[in-house]
Amino acid sequence: MTERVGVYICHCGTNIAGVIDVEDVARWSSEQPAVAIARDYKFMCSSLGQELVEKDIKELGLTRIVVGACSPHMHEKTFRGAAERAGLNPFLVEMANIRELDAWATDDKAAATHKAKAMVKGAIERVILHQPLESLVVPINPNTLIIGGGIAGITAALELANAGHHVYMVEREPSIGGHMAQLDKTFPTLDCAACILTPRMVDTGQHPNITLLAHSQVEAVEGYVGNFTVTVRKKASYINEELCTGCGICEEKCPKKVVDHVFDAGMGQRKAVYRPFPQAVPKYPVIDRDNCIYFQRGKCKACQIFCPADAIDFEQEDRLLQFEVGNIIVATGYDPFDATRIPQYGFGRLANVFTSVQFERMVNASGPTGGRIVLRDGVTQPQSVAIIHCVGSRDENYNEYCSRVCCMYSLKFAHLVRERLPQAEVYNFYIDIRAAGKRYEEFYHRVMMEGAHMIRGRVAEVTDAARTTDEEGKLVVQVYDTLFGEQRRIPVDMVVLSVGVQARHDSREMAKLLGLGCDFSGFFTERHPKLDPLLTMVEGIYVCGACQGPMAIPETVAQGAGAAARVAGMIGQGTVVMEPIKAHIDADQCSGCRICNNLCPYTAIVYHEDRNVSEVITALCQGCGTCVAACPSGAITGAHFTRRQLMAQVEGMLWDVRTPVEA
Amino acid sequence: MSESYEPVIVGFLCNWCSYRAADLAGTARLHYAPNMRPIRVMCSGRVEPDLVLKALREGADGVLIAGCHPGECHYVEGNLKALRRYVLLRRLLRQFGIEEARVQLVWASASEGTVLADAVNRMTEQLRALGPLRWRQTVLGGNGHQPEDTQASAASQPAMEEAVTP
Repeated sequence: MTERVGVYICHCGTNIAGVIDVEDVARWSSEQPAVAIARDYKFMCSSLGQELVEKDIKELGLTRIVVGACSPHMHEKTFRGAAERAGLNPFLVEMANIRELDAWATDDKAAATHKAKAMVKGAIERVILHQPLESLVVPINPNTLIIGGGIAGITAALELANAGHHVYMVEREPSIGGHMAQLDKTFPTLDCAACILTPRMVDTGQHPNITLLAHSQVEAVEGYVGNFTVTVRKKASYINEELCTGCGICEEKCPKKVVDHVFDAGMGQRKAVYRPFPQAVPKYPVIDRDNCIYFQRGKCKACQIFCPADAIDFEQEDRLLQFEVGNIIVATGYDPFDATRIPQYGFGRLANVFTSVQFERMVNASGPTGGRIVLRDGVTQPQSVAIIHCVGSRDENYNEYCSRVCCMYSLKFAHLVRERLPQAEVYNFYIDIRAAGKRYEEFYHRVMMEGAHMIRGRVAEVTDAARTTDEEGKLVVQVYDTLFGEQRRIPVDMVVLSVGVQARHDSREMAKLLGLGCDFSGFFTERHPKLDPLLTMVEGIYVCGACQGPMAIPETVAQGAGAAARVAGMIGQGTVVMEPIKAHIDADQCSGCRICNNLCPYTAIVYHEDRNVSEVITALCQGCGTCVAACPSGAITGAHFTRRQLMAQVEGMLWDVRTPVEA
Repeated sequence: MSESYEPVIVGFLCNWCSYRAADLAGTARLHYAPNMRPIRVMCSGRVEPDLVLKALREGADGVLIAGCHPGECHYVEGNLKALRRYVLLRRLLRQFGIEEARVQLVWASASEGTVLADAVNRMTEQLRALGPLRWRQTVLGGNGHQPEDTQASAASQPAMEEAVTP
């Protein structure tokens, strides 16, 4: 054994030294084989502590360093830096975390000292087998992919584009704008959603730094931070975008009307060739193949006949586009809760039960009723409206979490009903009112002052089965009023179900495509819930907005801008240093069994049929080591976590209880 | 078993969740049994059965494997791979005559310092009740759980291909 190990035990003031006998650990360490020097010092991370290490490396010719101090997540970088400055490869340093994992976790001094020795011994045995590694420095492509063109994606795109960086925005609907474009007013300021959103949509559509790919979907993402290759399917719209002027004559002439279940939530109709709404960006319509008379029956072509620009192209096919980006921002948003899942609330069965999304369309001046609040017959104004909160939220049968926006938009609905139908009564059925936000509580107070009835209790059912003459022809809301302490039946003309926010139905597929994690509800997981809410577990992929969890517009915008700032920071950096913790397959030992191929979550292992061996693509490997553990031939080595290193650490750690089998 | 018997546990903690949970337990000054000696791995999926057997063979009384919760794995699903191996490993250990409580798998997210601390406390208590492992007697013979030759070969070459098949 020719390695010369230096062991440094930190006092961390009294943080470590108050529990662990650091001098004893240092003295004992100095007696271990291969240890050339062992010291204890008050603060190893101080510049004097680091200089001590540097000096010893140079003067004593140390080849390996063990630092018994805090968590490697705290100061591993510090000591790697010290080693590097003294000319030693930074990966020849190992930390023994005797603070968080030992001194802070017990007050039994003898046991803590004993455990510290085991941890240090494990580190010594491990570090002897360390190999010098070189960090990989890769350049960062300055282009960014943004998936989703709602307000989160739009904000991020404009921030980056205005900073001079190119953005590819992929939106699966024919227009960007997302859910916000469907809204009428926004709480608590009651400013019109379209008035604040559409200018930003137009900016996005016209910005020279933004390539807008609407009616498109991300098909594949390969690569790693700084160097992703993205494949996007641009779905056939049957409109030649180079010729189309967006005049709208095709929509006018199309004879086929279809119920719009997406933008108008089933409340309105659109044509088979359509733009979701008049302010759509991009301005080009798309032909809905499933409903187009020509595609279904082979004749019609009314749009083509009347198009003055000759832009209708029935022969168009899906196109696959491929481009390179350095970072990805995921802003795929949410799905509203499907109210038919709660049959006792009658949505889809009782005509005058509406979802909040439908109501939002109804009160929108450019919506299907022109902003009039009317029953399903399209003419009758309701004399009483019930608004039921927490539909699908805060309910262990559906979603346990609070959707965070429903209380406030329900109060907004109450305000809008009182404003437009001053004679109508409004009942809000709530569990708790969650008005935690800037000027939210004031808005709640205002709505109460306007005369909205607030009834606390979870609604049991909505029924049209009348028990009294008052209830004839009405919808009856059955609720246990927890403030009165009694069952109540409230007859109303209209019921609005305030549906909650859910992860996109296909969020798990998106997660799989990008290698992200999802929580139990399907929302994407961030790297740290508090200190790193925008970066995902995959380096170079960020999340913002409601795809990460329920949130209102201000937070969504803040997150979008935040994600853009993070990406701009990466672009400014120019390069990214990647840990060289990667797997490697020894081709001579590989039996070609392919067990590892399917284990890799990053598809970083390819199989060469001609040679019957598998190979790790280093750039894709994230270093988890799952394949290393699984290889039956032991052909895979995980750098910095090799089998030999871990075995040696186990042996060292059990120095006091070892019962060598060979003996 | 001496009256001052303290079990020794080797803990394999994943870098992203469980190791951070242990860091958090320390930062929060949650005191727990000092019997677990931690080894950091990048992912619980890296913990091959060999490492567990190695620890038991070298004198540990138990092995704790800790990873991220299912669905929260930093590497998407490495923890699920660990779970599969763990199930098979336990079956094998049972045949060796090693009690199930000696090898445990827990999920602890980076915010669950208490979960990790509780797991260590619980396991320490269980091992204290079980007494020392005495690998040589239990597995290498003496107690006569298994024919001598198969145990010896299993102990010196615990490759366990069947346990790693996905």
